[in-house]
Formats: sequence, C-alpha cells, structure tokens
Amino acid sequence: MPQLNLVLRHRDIPGLHELAVYQTNGGYAQLRRAVTELTPEAVIDIVKASGLRGRGGAGFPTGLKWSFVPKGPGQKYIVVNNDESEPGTFKDHEIMLRNPHQLIEGAAIAAYAVGASAVYIYSRGEFWKSAQSFDRAIAEARAAGLLGQRLFGTDYNLEVYTSLGAGAYICGEETALLSSLQGDLGQPRLKPPFPAVAGLYARPTVVNNTETLANVPLILERGADWYKGIGTEKSPGTKVCCVSGHVERPGNYEIPLGTPFKELLAMAGGVWKGRRLKAMMPAGASSPATPGEQCMDLLLDWESMAAAGSTLGSASFIIMDETTDMVWVAMKTSQFFKHESCGKCSPCREGTFWLTKVYGRLNAGSGTTEDVALVGEIIEQIRDKCFCPLGEFALSAPRSTMAKFPEDYRRAVGTVENGAQQDG
Amino acid sequence: MTDLLQQRFGSEIQAAFARYPAGREKSAALPLLYLAQAAYGHLSTEAIEEVAQLIGSDSTHVRGLAGFYSLFLEQPHGGFVVQYCNDLPCALRGSEDFLPVLEEKLGCKAGATSADGLFTLECVMCLAACDRAPMAQINLDYVYDLNPESLDLLVTELRAKAASDPERRAPFGFGPPSEMK
Ligand SMILES: Cc1cc2nc3c(=O)[nH]c(=O)nc-3n(C[C@H](O)[C@H](O)[C@H](O)COP(=O)(O)O)c2cc1C
Ligand code: FES
Repeated sequence: MPQLNLVLRHRDIPGLHELAVYQTNGGYAQLRRAVTELTPEAVIDIVKASGLRGRGGAGFPTGLKWSFVPKGPGQKYIVVNNDESEPGTFKDHEIMLRNPHQLIEGAAIAAYAVGASAVYIYSRGEFWKSAQSFDRAIAEARAAGLLGQRLFGTDYNLEVYTSLGAGAYICGEETALLSSLQGDLGQPRLKPPFPAVAGLYARPTVVNNTETLANVPLILERGADWYKGIGTEKSPGTKVCCVSGHVERPGNYEIPLGTPFKELLAMAGGVWKGRRLKAMMPAGASSPATPGEQCMDLLLDWESMAAAGSTLGSASFIIMDETTDMVWVAMKTSQFFKHESCGKCSPCREGTFWLTKVYGRLNAGSGTTEDVALVGEIIEQIRDKCFCPLGEFALSAPRSTMAKFPEDYRRAVGTVENGAQQDG
Repeated sequence: MTDLLQQRFGSEIQAAFARYPAGREKSAALPLLYLAQAAYGHLSTEAIEEVAQLIGSDSTHVRGLAGFYSLFLEQPHGGFVVQYCNDLPCALRGSEDFLPVLEEKLGCKAGATSADGLFTLECVMCLAACDRAPMAQINLDYVYDLNPESLDLLVTELRAKAASDPERRAPFGFGPPSEMK
C-alpha cells in the first residue's frame, strides 16, 4: 500500500497553506455547505457514518463524541488539542504549519455541528512561531468572510482563536488542557463530568486532536462511503505516522490504516546503517517496546494493535536498532515521566521519581538483581493507582522491556557482579 | 508595584484579553507571563505581581503557574537560553554524545549559565521535532540536525550575534516574537 496524503495533502499541492490555493482545491466549500445547507444533526450523521476516530491517542469515535454535546442554546466550545508533547510525535505541527486552513475548516465544521460559537486551538508553547502564522491564516479566512459574525448570511457566528501552553506534557490530557486554558494549573481532574457536558468555563466542550479535525472537510466533500473505503472496517481512513529514531528517513508518513508495519518501515528507508531492528515503540514513550521480530507483520490499526497487546495511540513509532540497550531506553522514558508528572497524585509523583533512581543505577552499571526486583515493586505501586493515565504510561517501557528483553537487564546487573568478583 | 509590563506591552495585553470571554481574564495568564518574561527579563517577584494584578488573581497562583511550565524562567538567565532536547528519540540519534561538545563550546554545563552571562543551557524533553533530531530551541527558535560540526558553527554564530549587539549581554527577554531576533 502506498502513502495516501489526505491531511498531509499539502505535500502534493504546493502552496496549500495559502487561502487562495486552498479555496481553489475546494477549501471552505464544505463549511459553507454545512452552514447553509445542512443541519447540525446531518453533519454529525455524516461524520458518524464515516467511522472517523480520534487521532489523539484513544481512537474514540468522533461523530459519537460530538453527539454527546447537549442541544439547545448557550455557549459551547470546540477545543483543538494541538499540544503534541508525546516523545516521538511531530505530526500536528506539520498540519498546523503547512495545511492550516484544512484544520480551521475542520474545526469550524465541528463547531457548527455542536452549536459552538468559539474554537480555541491550544498549542504547546514551543509552537509560538507556527501559531503566529496560524493566526494570520485565521485572520485571512475571517477577512474573506469564511469565519466571523453572520456566517454566509446566516445567523451563525463563529470565532477561532489560538492559545499557547508553556511547556507541560500533561496539558495534552484534555481536562488538564482545559484547566490550563482557564489560567489554572494544568492538572487533570476526575471524569465525569466529561468535557462534552462541562468543559471550558464549565460549558459543553468538544476536545479533538488536530489530525482528527483535519480529516473532516474531505469527509464532507467526498462522502462517508469514500472514507470508509480507506483503511479497515473499524479503523477507517488514514493515519499520519511519525517515524523517529534509528531509521534512514525519519518523518511523517500518512498511510491507510491497516498497513503492515514493515511497509511503514520501508517508507522511512528501513533501519539505518543496514542494521537489524531490535525494537520499536508504536505510540511514543508511553507505549510498550515490541521486539523487532514481532513487529514486521503487525497491522497498523487500533484493533490489530490492541489484539497484539500493543497500542496504535498517536502512531509515533520510535525505532531502535540492534545496538540499543533497552535498560537505557526505560531509563530515558522514566526520566521523561518523572519530569512531566504534574505532582497531583503521589503514586505517580513518587513512583516515577523512584523509577529514575533505580534505572539510573542500572544504567550506570551499579545496579543489582535486587534493583531489578525493585523496579517490579515500584511498577505495582503505580499500577491502577493514579489519577490520570500518565502514571500508567510511565510503566509501559519498564514493563515491556523487563518482559521482552530480560537479557539486557541481566547484562546491566552482570557488570557489577563481574566487577565485584574482579575486585575481590 | 511596577508596571513595566503594561508600559511595554499595553496593546499586546489588550489583544491577549480579547481572545477570551469577558470576565475570563485569568485565561490570559500564560500569554501575559510570556510578555512579562520579555519585559522583565525573567519572572521576578515584580513580574509575577504585575501579572497577578492584571488578571485579577493572587501572586501565589501566578507564581504556581510560573513554576509549573518549563518555558517560564524564574531566575535570571543568559542572553541565549539553549534548551537542548535530550529525550529518547533525539538521544537515539546522538544527543547524549554531543552534549559534552555543546557544554564545552558554550562554557557551561547543562543547568548552568556561562561565566560571561551569554548562555544558559538546559536539557529538555521532546520538542516535537524528532524527525530532525538532535535539535534544540534557542530563545524559542528551533535549530535542527545537530552534530558536533553544526553545534560548533551555531555557537560561533551566536557569539557573533552577541558581539554585534551588546544588548544581548544583558538577560533580555525569553519571550514572545517582538523580543526575538
Ligand atoms: C497524559 C496524556 C497526554 C495526552 N496528550 C495529548 C496530546 O498531546 N494531543 C492530543 O491530541 N491528545 C492527547 N491526549 C489525549 C486527550 O486527552 C484527548 O483524548 C484527545 O485530545 C481527544 O481527541 P480525539 O478524540 O480527536 O483523539 C493525552 C492524554 C493523556 C492522558
Ligand atoms: S526527542 Fe527531541 S524533538 Fe523529540
């Protein structure tokens, strides 16, 4: 299967970031059609029928999520999750920068569908420069009468704003994001209530990932059946896969869902330096490491990955060659989660701290077999005890590397035991 | 109470407030903290107090925000804040090996400021540009495809920039676009 650029259409259409070019390619025609010809329910029905699922990690059906927003008057919001902070993920930034109008149009269609009159695009602070060019795209669209008050001569009003975070992974979690957007500490809260009922400023809010919404204009343009014809039955459409680490050509590759992993790896030029694949993590630092020999035939869709005991998540593939020490990998991910733990709940805050301590010893060659057992104990103390999924994410690399790469742990403790013998 | 922020960025502050509904001034906390960082150089007590007053919140809350986010600096820092990505995907492509090279060129270890006050070096987590790893962010500008040679070139360029612009020697703002370049 080849690459198929839908949300990365800018790679095939030069200048697509410019409003005129975007419009020449059908841009904003679907927003106009939705607002002037379709009822909000009809828009939701099309998106439901397309089978579009959230690209932010969980794969939740998008149309269904939109339908949870209560009908009736009152302020509602669409919040675009452009926080993109999972290590190994760099797709939303490309969409925002190179295909901004498709994202704006998708978000605007979502807003119309749920009756929202404001969209906030929340980006990680490091994207400030891209957010500026995005602001210009919004202003252009507004000046052209494609956003703003009394849209297309109807009484529907819609404003789109960007908002910047300031460097905190947890703000990608939707409730933490909403807190951050309200000027509160970016910490998660318990659900329910779900954002669809009580989100931004306690008003009904849909939080969708950037890539999710960038799919919407084409679904309206070409129809739900067309979309369902791409990918698999339960995972329709394409997915932008971020490939990083030990490959010849790191980058984003948009593929029909269900494409075998080995094809994706080949697109990225294969493992670099002619080396063998030792492992890959399919959804960034928060996903389990899978041994190379088990990767090649994996099909990249939500069901197949779950059936294989893994996850597709945001499809951020970190590729590791045969020289990689998996104890070191678990140390690196532990350091990430320790740094990013928001500190609200103690199993996550304390547990990730101890993981970095023990992994530090193991990686430095001063760890013992007791330390390996200690990792197991810390895992048990974090597991199922945290407030939000971050604590659980922190366990993916330790658990999977311990289970799948025990020889790396034996080597880590072996250095000490050999050294001790020599000294003695 | 100082009003450096308001003096310097009056219209930017109004533009930030305009993005949020009336009565939701607190939502502008992060945009205002960026501006304050640019106006004051870092988020000093005065900076925090002015932001708190502008958004109608207390300084304890605003101090908490400043501490929570990695792009806010509460201490004085070098003219160039080098945030070097050393997270897993960048490390797979050599960031750990190149770090000593960078430290030597800058004249400071990670977590410190160089004796000449020109550079502050920090190791940071993934900046969503792993396809161009290793990479770094310098005063919020990305630099890509780093290796010992390109790092050498980069630091030489930064030193030249600083020499041609003496203002650079003082901690300037680690802040929004108007303060960049
Ligand atoms: C710790 C954590 C970090 C997350 N980071 C992101 C992120 O950076 N971007 C994103 O779109 N979703 C992220 N999510 C998922 C969001 O909470 C939410 O499910 C998603 O934005 C919903 O959009 P979707 O339905 O379009 O996928 C994260 C979740 C958790 C628990
Ligand atoms: S790990 Fe460095 S940019 Fe992602």
